[in-house]
Amino acid sequence: MSPRRTDIGGRIDRLKTIRFTFDGVAYTGHAGDTLASALLAKGVTLFGRSFKYHRPRGVLTAGVEEPNALVTVLKGEVREPNLPATMVEIHDGLVAVSQNRFPSLAWDVNAINQLGGKILSAGFYYKTFMGPVFGPLKGTRFWMFCEHFIRRAAGLGRAGSAKDPARYERMNAFCDVLVVGSGPAGMMAAKAAADQGARVILADLEPRFGGSANWSGETIDGAAATDWVRRTVVQLEARDNVRLLPRTTVWGYYDNNTLAALERVSDHKEQPAKGEPRHRYWAIRAKSVVIAAGAFERPLVFPGNDRPGVMLAHAAERYANEFGVLPGERIALFTNNDSAYRAALALKKAGAAIVAIADVRPEISGEMHKLAMEAEAEVLAGHAVVATEGGKALSGLKVQRFDMVTGALSGDARSIHADCLLMSGGWSPTIHLASQAGARAEWNAARQAFLPPKPTPNSALQRWIGAGAFNGSFSTIEAIAEGRAAGLAAAGGTAAPAALPTVEPAPGNPDPAPVFEIKAKGKAFVDFQHDVTSEDVRLAHREGFVSVEHLKRYTTLGMATDQGKSSNVPGLSIMAEALGKPIPEVGTTRFRPPFAPVSIGSLAAERFGDLKPERLTPMHDWHTANGATMYSAGLWYRPMIYGLSGETIEQAYVREARATRESAGIVDVSTLGKIAVQGPDAAQFLDRVYTNMFSTLAVGKARYGLMLREDGFAFDDGTTWRLGEQDFLMTTTTANAGKVMQHLEYFLDVIWPDLRVHVTSVTDEWAGAAIGGPKARAILASCVTGTAVDNAALPFMGIVHGEIAGASVMICRLSFSGEMAFEVYSGAGHGTHVWEALIEAGKPFGLVTYGLEALGTMRIEKGHVTGAEIDGRTTARDLHLDWMLSKKKPFIGSAMMDREGLVASDRLELVGLIALDNRPLNGGAHIVEELDEANPHGSIGHITACCYSPALGKHIALALVKGGKARHGSRAHVSDPLRNRFGPVEIVSNHFYDPEGTRMHG
Amino acid sequence: MLITCPYCGPRDVIEYTYQGDGNRERPDPASQNFEAWNAYVYDRLNPAGDHNEIWQHSGGCRAHLRVVRNTLTHEISSVAFASGDHHAPAARRKAEDKP
Ligand SMILES: [Zn+2]
Repeated sequence: MSPRRTDIGGRIDRLKTIRFTFDGVAYTGHAGDTLASALLAKGVTLFGRSFKYHRPRGVLTAGVEEPNALVTVLKGEVREPNLPATMVEIHDGLVAVSQNRFPSLAWDVNAINQLGGKILSAGFYYKTFMGPVFGPLKGTRFWMFCEHFIRRAAGLGRAGSAKDPARYERMNAFCDVLVVGSGPAGMMAAKAAADQGARVILADLEPRFGGSANWSGETIDGAAATDWVRRTVVQLEARDNVRLLPRTTVWGYYDNNTLAALERVSDHKEQPAKGEPRHRYWAIRAKSVVIAAGAFERPLVFPGNDRPGVMLAHAAERYANEFGVLPGERIALFTNNDSAYRAALALKKAGAAIVAIADVRPEISGEMHKLAMEAEAEVLAGHAVVATEGGKALSGLKVQRFDMVTGALSGDARSIHADCLLMSGGWSPTIHLASQAGARAEWNAARQAFLPPKPTPNSALQRWIGAGAFNGSFSTIEAIAEGRAAGLAAAGGTAAPAALPTVEPAPGNPDPAPVFEIKAKGKAFVDFQHDVTSEDVRLAHREGFVSVEHLKRYTTLGMATDQGKSSNVPGLSIMAEALGKPIPEVGTTRFRPPFAPVSIGSLAAERFGDLKPERLTPMHDWHTANGATMYSAGLWYRPMIYGLSGETIEQAYVREARATRESAGIVDVSTLGKIAVQGPDAAQFLDRVYTNMFSTLAVGKARYGLMLREDGFAFDDGTTWRLGEQDFLMTTTTANAGKVMQHLEYFLDVIWPDLRVHVTSVTDEWAGAAIGGPKARAILASCVTGTAVDNAALPFMGIVHGEIAGASVMICRLSFSGEMAFEVYSGAGHGTHVWEALIEAGKPFGLVTYGLEALGTMRIEKGHVTGAEIDGRTTARDLHLDWMLSKKKPFIGSAMMDREGLVASDRLELVGLIALDNRPLNGGAHIVEELDEANPHGSIGHITACCYSPALGKHIALALVKGGKARHGSRAHVSDPLRNRFGPVEIVSNHFYDPEGTRMHG
Repeated sequence: MLITCPYCGPRDVIEYTYQGDGNRERPDPASQNFEAWNAYVYDRLNPAGDHNEIWQHSGGCRAHLRVVRNTLTHEISSVAFASGDHHAPAARRKAEDKP
């Protein structure tokens, strides 16, 4: 046993030795130890250097609120910084290092910052680095000069850059009652709710259930409180309506009683079990929540209160009783309340000498005197600690007479020799979750604490009930009674109360004296983690910061990773005094999630890497097996080119487009959006949705349609086929399929619910192949059975039904390429079969497969628009589609499309461009009247699509240009400084190729 | 946030798509009242409190719902099919009728 480890007691396993390293030094501890308890047992007092001043710091607490002892844990290449040593469970092979020191923890060169305290006071960064630049090294420029050094000197642990190999997972859970905290209150609540048959989740951020019962030394039901906890946990474990979540921090309280929790599943293990994640993120939907989160002990603010060896009183009690560790051998205490006396006695019993108890109160109760006597401690009533001594460990302290009412110190300072000083400033309920849920904390003058308000009954959004110390009920008797009542109420139970577990009443008054600060010479810390002193708070006030939120930001009080868990009330009290206002008028800050730091990995869980689903057409495998280079278009994968060996992309698409126009080409168009529009009012509905008429469309014919948005801008285009009197097949652009579907559903559901129309997305039900070119009809004639495909049977925009290689097909004669062309649709399952049959039939005719590049080339040659032109800013007129705007009926967008801004003559209109220098053009390039390469300006429009046109033998483009048609035949320039492409172009009609359409009409 | 779809039951907000302010009144399609159209397309109330909204259960039954939601608390005080009585009773069974 090490000198500071007790021989018996605590919840550690002395037979199990665990080996770990801290700053490269090998240590041993026991199963059940935290890094903090194991190092304290070895006499380690120095854990880290402080944020701004690099002051040596030890352990302040024993739990999640630890502001000082922050360490980095290394796992291979992965480093996790800023972990409280009080929350790190040791395991064999654990490698932890201290932070914010250089070159080593004991010899830190930046400790010189301690001498420069005046410089690094409140608002130091704002004052020094903000504002105008006067000289060469002032203000912002000075910041840029100093940043490198300051960033290195000030701050917390360094984040790693190695890829985290750990696995994280997310769980969704549902329960009737979520109990947060497993102290006596939480235990009772979980048991009471479970006895009612409720589905219960009990979560505690510690590895051990039991909370204060693990270290209070009390007896419950005649046995040690720890035994009562063990028994109760066994009972709960045996029930199938209870889920126990140790090491689980409930960190967020959201709408509809949704809570977020982080379970540290395997951080405490040398190796996670097979399949075990490192952390698990729980999204818990609870019908009600019992908050039994306990309370945090507060430090007192006095000079030197941050020296290693100065610790919260209950933390020391906990180290002694739960971990069998004495934080010191000669211990002094400094308190404003009764709870420290129990700690003194516990440490005495564990083997330490209690040298003195300094109490700010002039009168101490007889009960407390009795405890002090048992602890063989001298009581110094009406005294305060005014200084501490020592370097990397405490060697002594000084006390002086103190008047609690005036705050005045008097008499000579007396030195006390001690290696550990315990302080207690009373307790603050852990109201964070209630605050997140929207509850406004109420100041309780007796407890000198913010207490949660009475919960709003029956709020549908947040249903919680508090119990125990969270309510400011600090005794175990109250916790047990309130816990059971809360559990019953949360479960909706009305069972007659059975006898409560018996607890011996503990002596002591829960109300502290309203003293948090001793004003004496020297740095007195309020926020240990951010190195904010009481003087910083006052300085901020003197400089005019009177709002609590401003003060927080200016001093950074409470803004470190511990979020001011221990500093909140002492900070407010100092501010209140400076403002001359009572604390409740200064107000508390609202706590926001997360309650404690959360690993980013747990939030992402399994959702990382490439998350996009892939949409593949029925013929996808054929394309990849036949030389296609695939291209991702939204979620879809489509062939870009079917390149031959040695071909460039341009050579391939030029060959494909040329062959299509010379003989025939085939392209997969399965990605087009397809929506079945059916019902007695389907035709009427389409008349309202499209700008042109569809009710006049004959069965067996298709029509090109244009949709506008309600605001009059163009939305989408496509052909719609009338398959029956009440049966239409609408096609949309690939990109807008989902949007159009939602648009139609919205109008049918919300605007015109009286229309008897059903819309169904059938995009994935159909495989589509477009076959075009002078030989296209001959190819179809050679393979289609059951129908003729000649001009009489299948005129332009006609539809026929037939078979190809035994599979039913629907063929519509329509053209995007400008050639005589047909779209052949078959059931998706027959897609490849039909495609292969068409390819086979096309062989004698020189049929080529073509991809998106050739498709785009031919559409540019024809001047058809796509999403590049229907970009949400263009109108039908801008795109020369005004011929499609019916005057015989209103349609979506018709009322807004004639607004003056939308009919202005200087709008950007669709035109064609021909590069006069015969060089490639670029999408997005600007068009200017006068070229000024040095100072590009005067854009009159931009290129939306471009290609080399094999039909014209030129580099061409579509563009949106001011004035549009009026500029046909005139010259302009492309101005593309990003790609350094400048040159003359001719503005022409967007219909470059076969403007009369003789080829497609045949 | 939970929205209780009258067809599917209570579902998380991630299953829904916000489809806009439910207070918009679409003028008669043939109306030439430009002010009314402009108000319909562009004007929004943005109240701090109860707000009449349209949500589509896009990750579920795809019905559009008229939801009254408090913009300050996210409390939802009513949910109904946006189509009113036209489609809902005939085409969709209620959640509790599900087998
Ligand atoms: Zn639904």
